[in-house]
Amino acid sequence: MTDPIAWLILLPLFWATAAFLLGPGRGARLAIAALLAQCGLALQLAADVIDGGARTHAVGGWGAPLGIDLAVGGLSALMLVLTQAIALPLAVYARAYFADGAPAVRYFWTLTGFLLAGLNALFLAADLFNLYVTLELVGLAAVGLVAAGGSARQVAAALRYLFAALVGSVMYLLGVALIYGAHGTVSLQTLAPLVDARAPAAVWIACGLMLAGLMLKTAIFPFHYWLPPAHGGAPAPVSALLSALVVKASFYLILRLSLEVFAPLAATAATALGLLGAAAIAWGSWQALRTVHIKMLVAWSTVAQLGYLFLVFPLLAPDGLALQAGVMQAIAHGLAKAAMFAAVGVLMLATGRDTLEGLAGVAGRMPLTLFAFGLAGVTLMGLPPSGGFLAKWLLIEAALTHGQWGWVAVVIAGGLLAAAYVFRVLRQAFLLAPADSPFHPVPRSMEWTAFVLATASMLLGLQGVELMSLLAAGS
Amino acid sequence: MSGGMIFAGAGAVLFTMGLVGVVLIGPLLRRILAFNVMGSGAFLVLVGLAQRDGGADPVPQAMVLTGIVVAVASTALALALARRLHRLTGRTTLSATDDD
Repeated sequence: MTDPIAWLILLPLFWATAAFLLGPGRGARLAIAALLAQCGLALQLAADVIDGGARTHAVGGWGAPLGIDLAVGGLSALMLVLTQAIALPLAVYARAYFADGAPAVRYFWTLTGFLLAGLNALFLAADLFNLYVTLELVGLAAVGLVAAGGSARQVAAALRYLFAALVGSVMYLLGVALIYGAHGTVSLQTLAPLVDARAPAAVWIACGLMLAGLMLKTAIFPFHYWLPPAHGGAPAPVSALLSALVVKASFYLILRLSLEVFAPLAATAATALGLLGAAAIAWGSWQALRTVHIKMLVAWSTVAQLGYLFLVFPLLAPDGLALQAGVMQAIAHGLAKAAMFAAVGVLMLATGRDTLEGLAGVAGRMPLTLFAFGLAGVTLMGLPPSGGFLAKWLLIEAALTHGQWGWVAVVIAGGLLAAAYVFRVLRQAFLLAPADSPFHPVPRSMEWTAFVLATASMLLGLQGVELMSLLAAGS
Repeated sequence: MSGGMIFAGAGAVLFTMGLVGVVLIGPLLRRILAFNVMGSGAFLVLVGLAQRDGGADPVPQAMVLTGIVVAVASTALALALARRLHRLTGRTTLSATDDD
């Protein structure tokens, strides 16, 4: 009854439904209270994993294959803690952001609850088919959140996102079908010893289909086309949730599949994945340097930062350095990007404009928010002591250990490009504002939540050892 | 060739046709239908491949039922969004230019 594994999925489902019935006002208070409890549950689960190692939970007492098994290991516990830790400040932020009763708020809490339930279930799923179902839950809730504003641009962005997400998950499903046809099981644990380098053609095709489908959902270059309009057009709290968490879910899946089930096959595609990552860094940064809309700049920065996650694959080795780098980058980018979208949302509300030009003068008027943006930018650039620094350091160390010097250049160049687009914003913010420019006051709680998220991404580098010991536990 | 393999082969053909349709077709309604063809292809492969030992295997059938529920929900969401887009802009296609 008190197993945190089950409650991490049930609790958000419950408050999502309750928020639909109670309306946005009371729904928001309920959501924040429940998210506090979810943070506690995730931390308790992480402590359990450190003490007792990986474990499984048979839902309702029915074990697989009749029922559904949920499993937690070091990596999934880490992702669960990250999800709740980002969702809680964003919920506080969203409550103030939607206080004026914008149309997007009507379904915001309900869809966010379903999104979090889907994410938690995805991190806990133990077989390929449940992963498909949770992927769809996450995808549909995320599309709903993008469309909730209801403007033509948002609906078009949501449709484009929906088609990418649906094609991605059907490709994944065909992969699952081929695997089931070849091996007669979808359990990750049972499959791992069955797949080796002499696998039949059907398994190779399945591996390719699942990888392609998940890459489409992760928006890695050249499949990134749907991400900037969807993340750049949505309300700020939605963009933050999507950029920080949703794209990480499909990356987590690629990582887990290539570590556990497809380890013997994944090596053949590893270099290609790394090259796509490098291309994503270059193209995303270039677009971030060109765009005139501040939110599009942050969205393109997500495209670039996702590239780092794919640099991990050519460097995966038993020493675990690259895996640590990838997980660290996922966590640091999650916190920093949530902070960045939150800060940009505050700046846009305050100035009433969505272009870089409109930012002139915010340095004097909103120093705390600009400081939060700067701290998040430092994480994206990878300066010490941020989490981003630790991730890039580990990545460079892994590249040097394996003698693959090319990736070092990519990591360093990506950091410089990130600095260039972050300073575009900071430079504009320190210009003098025209005397007649309007300025709207913004609730302090919004400024502070952005600041808390940014500080967390900054101090993450100091907690690296604890996080990595959780990652190593139970794997 | 056993009956199951015929189903699986037909499923692969349907999946490919649907995929080409989703990528190339402009009008939203036809694109949503193409996605459904793609989904049906994946379901046929799932049921077809699992039948090769003669008897039917219940596990993939349960999976296909779940998959159909997901596909119906996704189709409904896509149709609702397409209708909203039509009402707001009068268009039934996604323009290539409105992404910055």
